[in-house]
Amino acid sequence: MTNPSEGTFFLNGKDFANAGNASGSLKKVLEEMGVPPPLIRRASIAAFEAEMNTIIYAVAGIMHYYVTPGTIRVVLQDMGPGIADIDLAMTEGYSTAPDYIRDMGFGSGMGLPNIKKNADSLAINSVVGEGTTLEFVINLDKTA
Amino acid sequence: MTLDEIKDILDAETLSAHCDGNTPVERAYCADLMSDVLCFSFTNSLLITHLTNAQVIRTADVANIKAIVFCQGKKPPRETVVLAEGKKIPMLVTGYSMFDSCGKLYEKGLRGKSESDT
Amino acid sequence: MTLQELAKGLDVEVLTGDAKLEREIAGGYVSDLLSDVIGNAKEGFVWITFQVHMNIVAAASLKGLAGIILVNGRRPPQDTLQKASEENVIIMTTPLPAFEVVGRLYELGLRCR
Repeated sequence: MTNPSEGTFFLNGKDFANAGNASGSLKKVLEEMGVPPPLIRRASIAAFEAEMNTIIYAVAGIMHYYVTPGTIRVVLQDMGPGIADIDLAMTEGYSTAPDYIRDMGFGSGMGLPNIKKNADSLAINSVVGEGTTLEFVINLDKTA
Repeated sequence: MTLDEIKDILDAETLSAHCDGNTPVERAYCADLMSDVLCFSFTNSLLITHLTNAQVIRTADVANIKAIVFCQGKKPPRETVVLAEGKKIPMLVTGYSMFDSCGKLYEKGLRGKSESDT
Repeated sequence: MTLQELAKGLDVEVLTGDAKLEREIAGGYVSDLLSDVIGNAKEGFVWITFQVHMNIVAAASLKGLAGIILVNGRRPPQDTLQKASEENVIIMTTPLPAFEVVGRLYELGLRCR
């Protein structure tokens, strides 16, 4: 793999026209760096779910990624409503999304569980009324 | 099964300017919830969906979906077509319902799950 | 075909409303979009979906659907199950993906028309 890489994407709440752009760009970066395809798939799926959460729930947010020879680390920081009960939010099928979001194909209550499933580690810090920081890591040193 | 065969079975119309009809798909997946696609679909699957928004293309991109069939005659808006062409994801549109589209493809041998899947 | 006969071939587990399994199925519908189901599914159809939100019960009830089959081993939250029991709506779950479920039902002669 080539040299370490990092970058930042800005996310606007409810900007559905561009939702998913950041994860798509991250996918391209990882492809160009020569990361193995199964790991690219896991990283981009986790990033996509996290990005959609920010677009759906927050006013705005940033996605920052760091790729080193050992890991892909992605941090999403948002200005959003916060998550009152993280354990509950991690439950498959639990969602607070409104119906119009469900009719767009989201809000199925699978986002956070899907990030957890694809990442090697996941940390969520949230303050109700302020925002949420979500960080996940995918290890590169061993194969998927 | 190739895209040309799928097109015939579903009386479908090609929406992409550059669509290689010989492109093979290994499996099929039908869904409207993008997390479902991201969580359970397999690489190189055909995605059959009712949704035509840009997120479908972005989901297909990160999940390595090979091609998309929009069912029930749902034609995607221009921005979806442009995005898909940029990502080289072929698209078809069929007048059949999702149920009959899946049924017809299954009848001709396409599967959602193979023996090797866990 | 009745729901009972359908359940046999698909490895399904009945979660609610097992009293109504003798009901004849008129056709099949597969969709995860509530507005689509409300607009297009027909009475007596069996509905295949990944959607577990409580409103699936209202949609099935409103359209007089024969039952709901959840795919990929999905289990609905408690409020959905509660509402389904109250409204006597059958919910079943199968480990199979939707494409497989639909394919097998189609082979058994079920159609969406």
